[in-house]
Amino acid sequence: MRNPLNKTIGEIKPSGIRKFFDIVSEMKDAISLGVGEPDFETPWHIRDEGIYSLEKGRTFYTSNAGLLELREEISKYLKRRFDLNYDAKSEMIVTVGGSEAIDLALRAMVDPGDEVLIPQPSYVSYEPCAILAGATPVIIKLKQENQFRLTAQELEDAITDKTKILILPFPNNPTGAIMERTDLEAIAKVIEKHDLFVISDEIYAELCYTDKHVSIVNIEGMWDRTILINGFSKSHAMTGWRLGYACGPQCIIEQMYKIHQFCIMCAPTTSQYAAVDALKNGDADVQMMREAYNQRRRYLVHAFKEMGLECFEPFGAFYIFPCIKEFGMTSDVFATKLLEEEKVAVVPGTAFGDCGEGFLRISYAYSLEKLKVAIGRLDHFISKLR
Amino acid sequence: MSMREQILLIIEKNSRMDLHELAIILGVEEAVIVNEMEQMENEGVICGYHTLIDWEKTSVEKVNALIEVRVTPQRGKGFDSIAERIYKYPEVHAVYLISGGFDLLVTLEGKTLKEVSQFVSEKLAILDSVISTATHFILKKYKDHGTVLGTKDVDERMQVTP
Repeated sequence: MRNPLNKTIGEIKPSGIRKFFDIVSEMKDAISLGVGEPDFETPWHIRDEGIYSLEKGRTFYTSNAGLLELREEISKYLKRRFDLNYDAKSEMIVTVGGSEAIDLALRAMVDPGDEVLIPQPSYVSYEPCAILAGATPVIIKLKQENQFRLTAQELEDAITDKTKILILPFPNNPTGAIMERTDLEAIAKVIEKHDLFVISDEIYAELCYTDKHVSIVNIEGMWDRTILINGFSKSHAMTGWRLGYACGPQCIIEQMYKIHQFCIMCAPTTSQYAAVDALKNGDADVQMMREAYNQRRRYLVHAFKEMGLECFEPFGAFYIFPCIKEFGMTSDVFATKLLEEEKVAVVPGTAFGDCGEGFLRISYAYSLEKLKVAIGRLDHFISKLR
Repeated sequence: MSMREQILLIIEKNSRMDLHELAIILGVEEAVIVNEMEQMENEGVICGYHTLIDWEKTSVEKVNALIEVRVTPQRGKGFDSIAERIYKYPEVHAVYLISGGFDLLVTLEGKTLKEVSQFVSEKLAILDSVISTATHFILKKYKDHGTVLGTKDVDERMQVTP
């Protein structure tokens, strides 16, 4: 029999998180700080709107790009919250989570041989999606000394004459790093100089704990070069609804639209109706959740300081990324031992790129009570090691 | 959001949180929290620190009732003096002035049905300004003070996700 498989897919490594998931699932009384989604349930009024849409029999496809009403609400929301301007009819497409949008953008924009710059540590899907789109991923290793921000120099150093796209994953999963306006202005110059395009994954835009999130699109000259990706998963605690969106110049969006049309048809209808309500009536919920995350964030930063665990202060998303190099073991060994000895699950930094070695991703999408118990155990574990 | 509002939102849900911890999660010095709390106690913004108890789960028998009371307001005093006469009874939990079909909503706690109905017929209904009462006994509390009773939070999420 012939090999049934595609050559490219065989070369893609499965997600490093899988192994941990399997061990934790078997352990009954483990506390997990390994979750990458909000602990809040979707606010009831949003769920109720989803249920209502089902009762009304709205069980059909929507237009490929998504309900126009939803796109209009997204357009208003982006203007209201981030001062971004996108036309609901021609410059946006509603997708199955931010993940689909990442895939669409890459497939619509790269040719074989094009290089895609991926700053790491970062979310696990950029690299495989770039490979599947036929591009060559080029990793930029972000550094703790820069608070895991992307500097103009790092960007400049990674660019070749094949470079076409920069993926910009801020606020960042797993580090919690953000890019402030001055950071963005610095890299924007390099982007323009080398005529690059940006896929800016801003799924955590609402979870920014300094000033308001600034999008690269807010920087002069960047609107024309950027596909903005956002969604409802993190901001409105709607992960399971699978709803995101991509915005950008019409010439790119209309090509992404074609892929979406043929592969997906449309995002889930129930989710779209619920999301209309999320944008119309959900601002207070978003604020409440952001405030809760921020309180936990401050608690963890303080707790790590007390423990003497080296850690830069994260200002975005709901992760903290402490350094464990002082213990002389790999992230994987540390995380495995922590799980075996103290029954606390965290994700090794290496799951988000090789340069995550020496770090752990700790999620604070958990109640303070739970965090306290887990941090107590981590403290105990560290004391034993020291 | 002001520091006051932030403190209140947290202790409204969890009045047992210690001040040191409150200072950490709000990112201020402990002294700020101590001062603010003291001021709010003095100003009567914070009126008490209560515990939400599901008495159903204990062996203590309790009966709760909501009583709609229609009253004749008094010249110069409106509803205040009749409200005061009612709220002074220790078995009265709460008294609210209400818009709509009746005037005062009185919530009451007693040991038995008889005790509550005796209070209504012997103390409340006979007051001069009271025109009528309608007593509703609470059969089951599903949710109280923003907390759903009798359920346990279960984390439905997968334990490790990217």
